[in-house]
Amino acid sequence: MKKFYAFVQKEFYHIFRDTRTMMILFALPVALVIIFGYALNNDYKNIPIGVLNQSKDQTSEKLINRIIGSGYFVVEKSLEKPQDIPSAFKLGKIKLVLYFPAHFQKELYHSKKAQVQLIADASDINTAINTTSYLSGIINEFNAENAREINGGIQISTRMIFNQRLLSVYLFIPGVIALILLIISALLTSVTLAREKEMGTLELLSISPISPYMIIIGKVIPYLILSLLNSFVIILLGIFIFGLPMTGSISLLILACFVYTVASLSLGILISTRVETQQAAMFASLVTLMMPTMLLSGFIFPIESLPLPLQVISNIIPATHFIVLIKSIMIKGAGITVIWKPFIILMGMTSLFLFVSIQSLKRNN
Amino acid sequence: MEPVVKVENLSKKFGEFIATNAISFEVNKGEIFGFLGANGAGKTTAMRMLSGLLTPSSGQAFVAGFDVATQAELVKKNIGYMSQKFSLYEDLTIQENIEFYGGIYELSRQEIKDRSKGIVDKFQLASVKNKLVKTIPLGWKQKLAFALALIHKPKVVFLDEPTGGVDPITRRQFWDLIYEAANDGVTIFITTHYMDEAEYCDRVSIMVDGLIKALGTPSELKKSFDVDSMDAVFQLLARGTANK
Repeated sequence: MKKFYAFVQKEFYHIFRDTRTMMILFALPVALVIIFGYALNNDYKNIPIGVLNQSKDQTSEKLINRIIGSGYFVVEKSLEKPQDIPSAFKLGKIKLVLYFPAHFQKELYHSKKAQVQLIADASDINTAINTTSYLSGIINEFNAENAREINGGIQISTRMIFNQRLLSVYLFIPGVIALILLIISALLTSVTLAREKEMGTLELLSISPISPYMIIIGKVIPYLILSLLNSFVIILLGIFIFGLPMTGSISLLILACFVYTVASLSLGILISTRVETQQAAMFASLVTLMMPTMLLSGFIFPIESLPLPLQVISNIIPATHFIVLIKSIMIKGAGITVIWKPFIILMGMTSLFLFVSIQSLKRNN
Repeated sequence: MEPVVKVENLSKKFGEFIATNAISFEVNKGEIFGFLGANGAGKTTAMRMLSGLLTPSSGQAFVAGFDVATQAELVKKNIGYMSQKFSLYEDLTIQENIEFYGGIYELSRQEIKDRSKGIVDKFQLASVKNKLVKTIPLGWKQKLAFALALIHKPKVVFLDEPTGGVDPITRRQFWDLIYEAANDGVTIFITTHYMDEAEYCDRVSIMVDGLIKALGTPSELKKSFDVDSMDAVFQLLARGTANK
């Protein structure tokens, strides 16, 4: 145990003395979360819209005020007739037109239903989808609140699910956690073991009484501790800055981070037992781990929309299962009985990676 | 007296290739044994088997009384090792390197304290012991690496081209350290490319193509080949320039 302690202590010295490692450990996660948070954020505020009100009655005015009051929209332009809509969009000042046909209120009270039309500028498809869904949400709320008076409701011509605006945050925080833990765990550990090879110190270690198992576990432990610390920072950033919900059990979340970190670390070790130099280790981690995780784990592209061969690859990426775990625990509040499968898959992967690395470390000797 | 290193018909095959072909020799306590040979002659393979890293294909070897094939862990505890590459961690201080090696050889806290004080005093490192190893000169690093290879008081120390890349004066000083350790009873097993260093050894073996072609004291070898330097002996054997 004493030799193990000495080894772990040495690893901490390596980490704390290397500026690059320290940057990757502590500056990169925060920078990534902030960049992704603001760049990938689909939250809209003060969207300029136009209003074409041919009814000009009490209910339509009330609804318009309600929409402005939400803070998401600003009425930039008042239109007179439907023919003006294309030219208003061409100017590019407004993203959407809210159109109340004539006799809006009359129809609402008499025939119990009235049409309101949302016309969006579809040249910016994401904004179009999001703004119409925001607006639909507000109108539906308005309907519900005034159910007694208008007794039926305002019909909207575009119907979408209101939850849209939260989707980006839901997706990116688990993805960023997966990516950062992978960078720290896999990249840094693969480089640190490759460095021992390059410097010739691994030869010395293999002649000493310290066993290959101890070398690997001793390499992993400092990164495990620092990675776990890091994932908490990211999750806290997600919760307090980007409003990610935390509905599930915290201990289950910690367990998920732990299992995934160990899987990433074992991948890093596996890479480093197969390469000879630090550069090769870094390159291998970037190409075989970072890129697939970015593109195929469901972080950026939904897995369902990938072609079948890529879906298969997606399933052998640890991050895919970790993202499922994080989303299920944080957003859906799922318990272990529902999500034991990704746990088992990750643990299975870890034991496979570790087994292969210890085999190849032994063979190298 | 029982020899500290005892090798009997030791062979290692990699597939069809025979790296080490049934070599036999013995090394006594406190002896400086030069293990010479051209690159690829099988020196490294033999050394790896003796240090418990490779399992022999056939034959037997005992180091410090333990069988390298079946008691590798015990062998490892009783040997020291220093290679041509630096055996020190450059981003650790001298003191931290000492503590690390003491730690992996499971010395007690007190032993580490005493021995690190011994090393620091011997090499007059008190003023630099808290400096990172990468900032100290090459010659010092090698002396320190040698001291660390001896920190757990091994019975045998393997030196794999320990003096590569240093000037003759530093090399000479390094050999003083080797003599000192040998006088203390440590068996020295050394490979080198410098033939003047071969002259410093008590006995020398020269490997060619997996076989030991010559074994004896430097003066015996020079006499039997009728030349006046170890360099000439080596040229005759290893470079295959011997014409009978």
